[in-house]
Formats: sequence, structure tokens, C-alpha cells
Amino acid sequence: MHKAALRVESEQFGKAIKLDLSKGGLLMLYEKGKWMRLLAVLAVALMVLAACQRGTTPGGTGDEEEGEVITIADGEGIKIAVLQVISGDSASLGTDQVRAIEIAVDDRGGQLLNHPIELQVEDEGCTNAGGQAAVQKVLADPQFVGILGTSCSGAAVPASEAMSEAGLVMISGSNTSPFLTKIGGEAGTDYHEGYFRTAHNDEIQGTAAANFAFTELDKTKAATIHDGDPYTQGLAGVFDEAFKTAGGEITIATAVDKAQEDMRPVLTEIAASGAELIFFPIFQPAGDFIAKQAKEIPGLRDVVLMGADGLLSDTYVVIPETEGMYFSGPATPTGPEYEEFVAKYEAKFGEKPIQSFHAHAYDAANVLFDAIEEVAQEQDDGSLQISRNRLREALRATSDFDGLTGTLTCDEFGDCADAKIDVVQNTARQTTISEVRANVLFTFDPAT
Amino acid sequence: MAETVEAKAPRRIQLPVLDSFLWLIRLAAIFAVVWGAYFSLSSGRLSGAQWKDLVIFGLSQGSVYALIALGYTMVYGVLRFINFAHGEVFMSGAMVAFFVARGLSRTAMWTDQVFLSLFLVMLASAATSTVIAVALERIAYRPLRGKPRLIPFITAIGASFFLQYAIAGLFGFGFKSFPQVPALSGSFFFAGFRVLKTQSVVIVAAVLMMIGLYLFVERTRTGKAMRAVAEDQEIARLMGINVDRTISIVFAVGGAMAGAAGFLYLLVFQQVFFLTGFIPGIKAFTAAVVGGIGNIPGAMIGGLLLGGIESIGPSLVLTGLGIPSAHQLKDVVAFLALVMILIFKPSGVLGERVAEDRA
Repeated sequence: MHKAALRVESEQFGKAIKLDLSKGGLLMLYEKGKWMRLLAVLAVALMVLAACQRGTTPGGTGDEEEGEVITIADGEGIKIAVLQVISGDSASLGTDQVRAIEIAVDDRGGQLLNHPIELQVEDEGCTNAGGQAAVQKVLADPQFVGILGTSCSGAAVPASEAMSEAGLVMISGSNTSPFLTKIGGEAGTDYHEGYFRTAHNDEIQGTAAANFAFTELDKTKAATIHDGDPYTQGLAGVFDEAFKTAGGEITIATAVDKAQEDMRPVLTEIAASGAELIFFPIFQPAGDFIAKQAKEIPGLRDVVLMGADGLLSDTYVVIPETEGMYFSGPATPTGPEYEEFVAKYEAKFGEKPIQSFHAHAYDAANVLFDAIEEVAQEQDDGSLQISRNRLREALRATSDFDGLTGTLTCDEFGDCADAKIDVVQNTARQTTISEVRANVLFTFDPAT
Repeated sequence: MAETVEAKAPRRIQLPVLDSFLWLIRLAAIFAVVWGAYFSLSSGRLSGAQWKDLVIFGLSQGSVYALIALGYTMVYGVLRFINFAHGEVFMSGAMVAFFVARGLSRTAMWTDQVFLSLFLVMLASAATSTVIAVALERIAYRPLRGKPRLIPFITAIGASFFLQYAIAGLFGFGFKSFPQVPALSGSFFFAGFRVLKTQSVVIVAAVLMMIGLYLFVERTRTGKAMRAVAEDQEIARLMGINVDRTISIVFAVGGAMAGAAGFLYLLVFQQVFFLTGFIPGIKAFTAAVVGGIGNIPGAMIGGLLLGGIESIGPSLVLTGLGIPSAHQLKDVVAFLALVMILIFKPSGVLGERVAEDRA
């Protein structure tokens, strides 16, 4: 049966070729396409070669404990992906960190263990979809050792999951959502192994803001507004809990849409609830509309407005209605090392740091570089072997790391920050964002 | 098997099922609204004055929607075509209004001659939008007239992106903050309603413009020409009406209304950026459909209705049903209301006014 069928097929095939030959079709194609065919054969050969190399290079020694091992040949660079937001409304947040990472590379003379550090910057767009796209690009190249980023918690959610599955490590200098690491001492819903951060967990920022509102401002009734983003929702939720624990009352915990303009109805609800303080850790432009429309509502004329680091931007603090507003945010580091860093930043980029998380990103890069130096094994032929599992363990074992933002120690859920939170106020005397950030009224240090 | 059964089944057997299903939806909707409203009102969470505030907020937001909706509905009435770039025409006007206002706010005129300077700003905004709307029609839509409807529609989407990013390229991606108008801060009481001065300007200006437009379309020769072109382009041409010119005027008037809306939007929300036109554009289109597309008074009523539903709906219905963070869902409420209105009245509140249907 089979043989018969085969014969029929081949006969048909032969007939087809004959037919084509008789028309001169195939012959012509062959004549014309001689060079093309040669090229095609070469291309296939190259692909096979590349595939073979791929198969052998990263595999190497693969026992249980070491997991996948990356081999970096002599003279080749150590590839590190930098996932930051470098376009759109939030571009300054990512650009600031990319610059800090570049300075960290410069400080190492551009290399680790005689291998140059190769940074590849990908834009995560500060969105879930952007984070997903950027991380897929990184995973397509098996030579990446680790990821520095992301800027936004929203982008970190898909990036963390995908890189964790692929065995990579990722260390962020500005993700603060509790969901990404831990909430109340337990793993957050978006925690995945291999994720670390040098930025504070918003559990700390929310507690700081709530303590300030309750003890320093003597407010007992507060309302919170988030916009559905993991960062805003996490922060508002922590504030609610901490404010209630302190003895205050949350009169209404509500939400707006990121693209909403008319805040008056929701502000009317807040006025009806009797809140004395509104904590809205959201972004622009929704944050602008809340500040601008709040004082128009009867019953909110004396309300205290309070935002978080998402609103601490140069375009926000110049809005006249934000005068008198309080903001919580990461404390600006102090000390000679930080001043030296700022001097390098200014010399290299011609301006002072433009956002709040450059020092955290610098520390994140150095924590990663130290861990790579610790686990990389130099071979006799000048190549490096890095075990992905060992790299994860080395990062998790980071303790008493002396960074710009303090003394960093990583816990089992990837929180490494030595978090200190400042509450600042924008008054008539401050005109720029750095002046507002320097007007510190309250510092919260969970260690004390 | 199934196919033959379906093929043999006469229509009247299927219809009662569908009909009763629609009735179920209607009853459920009415029940949810009444239930939610009952609990909201009986809980006494908001005071009477606050409910009245919500009505005024809705009216001022609705006036802006209504003015934009007029442009959609007029173009649809005449060309059966949705000008999707209309939201961007509105945004361009607002953007220029911002620059003119910023210039004026540095002079003494801003405080001494408030209404004259505001009028100038509005004129600049309306003029910009008019020019852009007419140019859009001439460059992007007229060459495609008579082609299948999908083609100008796709062009309109392209034009919308072009305008957004042209504005972003010219003026930057950032938010532009409209200067405060000292004379318009504060509020007053009118018939028991507390009205912000900016809102009163918006509502009064919008109502005046809508009345003016209605008279223009119903009482002038040009208006008559528009109605004739809407009825039948070929016959109108035979009657000696310059169809191209009339269509240009339709776009110009729609653009002027959008420009004025851009200015009024700035008064209420004090901020504009290159994507400002998108959401209000979609909402205004919704308003036009709610009112009955192609129908000018319908667009006005649709706009005010949509503004009102957005403002009052979440507090009245959703919070009463115990849904948390109701205001985040105001768009859901608005579009659910759209679906409901179309289930009850498939051609909008005042009915679609399309020549083919009347013929």
C-alpha cells in the first residue's frame, strides 16, 4: 500500500517536473536563480552553524544546583538589559536611571573581570504592554545575564513573571508597589523569584504618609483616591490600613480613571464623607484635575491635599493650586559619596539629577555587578561562566551593602532597600522641584 | 440538521424569544436604576445641595459634549460619514486658545477687560478649528467623496493621528495649564443651585451658540442649502446649489462649534495636551448617537444627557448598589446608558434624521 502510494506520488512528481521542464519553467528558474540558490544554501548552512553554537554555548555544565550556565567567551561583553521608560509622559523617571546606570558602569572602568559591560536599553513605556514587549526582546537573546529595571511597577508585573520563568534576575531602582515583593510579611501577588529592588516598598511610604497625616497634621478623617494602577492602588491601600491602625478613620476609599477630567462629582462624594485630608498617590494629568477642582467644592475649602512621589514632578509643583500640598517620597540621599555622584552626573549630562530614583538605580547596578563578580568563574581560556541560580542566590544574600541610599540588605522577597521616606511641602517659597524636595518636614525611617 | 431547522423556522417564532429577552433587559435596567437610586437617596449620604451641584457639573460637562457633538451630527447628516478627526479639531482649538490666553494673561487686559479678552481667546480658538476642519475636508475627505464609506472613515482615523502628533510635535507633549481668570473664580446662587462662575459662562455660551446654530440651519438660505444637500446631493445640485461650497460650510460651522467648545473646556478644566481631544471626541460621538445622529437638537440633548449621566449616575445608581469606587466607572455608566437608550429607542432620543429613511 505504502510503496504503491509512494510510487504514484513520485510518478506524479516526475511528471510535474517533466511538465515544467517542457515549458522551460523550472529550467529558467534554475538558470536565473543560480546565485540565489548558492546564497540560500549558504544562509541555511550559517543558520545550522548558529543553531549548533547556541545549543552548546549556554548549556555547558548543567547540574541541578547551578541550573543554566552562561558562557561569555574571551573578549566578549557581559550583556545586561536596561528596561526603563525613556519615552512619553514618564520619560524623566527612566532617563534619570539610565544615566545613573551609565555612571555605575563608568565607575567600574566599563568592565567586570576583564569583560566589558554591554548595556542594552529597552523602553518599557511605563505600561503593562510595554513591559511585556521589552522583556520578550530581552529573553530572545540567551546571553543576557540580568535586567536593570523596570521604572514603573505596572511594567514590572509582566517583566518580573517572564524573566523569572526564564531563570534571569531583575533588579529595579524605582518599582515601589507592594504587590511586586511582599505585603504584610507575605509574598505579594506579583512576586516572582529572581526579582529584587533597591527602591522602598510602598508599605513603608504609605505608613509614613499615614503617620504624618495623623500625628503631625492631627487629621483624623482621611479619604484616599487611586487610579487602578498597581503602584497607586498599593500605596492607597497601605495608607488606609496604616491610618486606621494609627486611630484615624478612612471616610471613603475611592478611585478615578487615569484619563478622567471631571473630578468634581468624586470630590463632592469626598466632601459628603467629611474627610479632612485627601491622599491621592496618582499621576498627572488626573492629579492636576484633583488639585485644581478640589477647592471649588464647598466643604473641601480647608481640606489638606497630599500626594506621593508620582506627583513630585517639575510640571506639577508649578500649578498654583498645589501650593500648600504635602508629598511623600523617597528621602534624597546625603553624604560626600552622593555629592560626588551628583558631580559626575552633572559633568556627564550637563544638568542635576532630574528625578528621585537615580541613586537607587546606581545602587541596583552596583549590587548586580558585585553579585556577578562573586559568582562568575574565570576559565583558563579567558572565558567566564555564570550560573543563573548562583547569581540569584548571591543577590538574595546581599547584606550590608554600602550604597548611596544607605546600607542595603535583601530579604527573601527581594526588598533590598534601606528605605527612608520624606514628607515635603510645596509652599509659596518653593518654585522648582528640587526646592520642594528639599523642604522636608518629616522623615520616616522604619529601622528606628 | 441544525441548519435545516433554522432555515425552516419562520421568523415569527424566533422574534418573541428575542423580544422577551429585550424586555427582560429593559426591566432589569429599570430595576437596577430604581433600586440603586432608592438606596442612594434614602441613605442621605449626599445632601440636597450636593445633588444639585452634581446636576450643574453634569450640565457644564454636557454643554462641552453637546458643542462637539454638533460637528459630528452635522457632517453625518449631510455626508453619512463619521468625521473621526473631529475630536482633534476641538483639541487644536483648545491648544491655540491656551497660547493666546497665556499671552493675554501677561497684559493688564486680562484683568481689566475680562470679557473682551475671553472673547478674543474664544475667537482665536474657533477660527483655528474652523480653518483646520475646512482644510481637513478639502484635503482629506473631498477627493474621496463618492467612494465606499469605509475609505473616508479610515482616512479620518489617519487624520486624527496626524493632527494629534502634529500638535505634539509643534507644541510638545507636556500638559499646558490655562491661566486662572480672577474674575471667574468663585460661585453664585441661581434658583437654589450653586453655580461656579466658569460653569455659568460655559452653559450660557453653549446654549446661545446652539440656539444660533439652530436658527442658522432653519432660517437662512445657507441653512436651507445645507438641508437640501442633506436630503439629496444630486437634486440639490440640479436646483443650482453649490454642493462643494455647502459641504465646506458644514465643516466650517462644525469646526467653529468645536473650537468654541475647546475654549469652554479650558475654562472648566484649565488644562490641555495633545491627547485631550480623544476622550471628549468619543463622548461627543456617543452624545450624537444618543440624541439621534444627524439631528441637531438631538445632539444638544444627547450631550447634556450624557454629561448628566456621567456626573450623577455613579453616585446615584452605582454607590446605591454598593459598588465601591463608583466614579472610576463613570465611563462604564455612560456607555451602559448609551446601550440602554438604544435598546429602548434604537434611533436615539429624538430619532435619527437621515434623508434615505424619510424618503
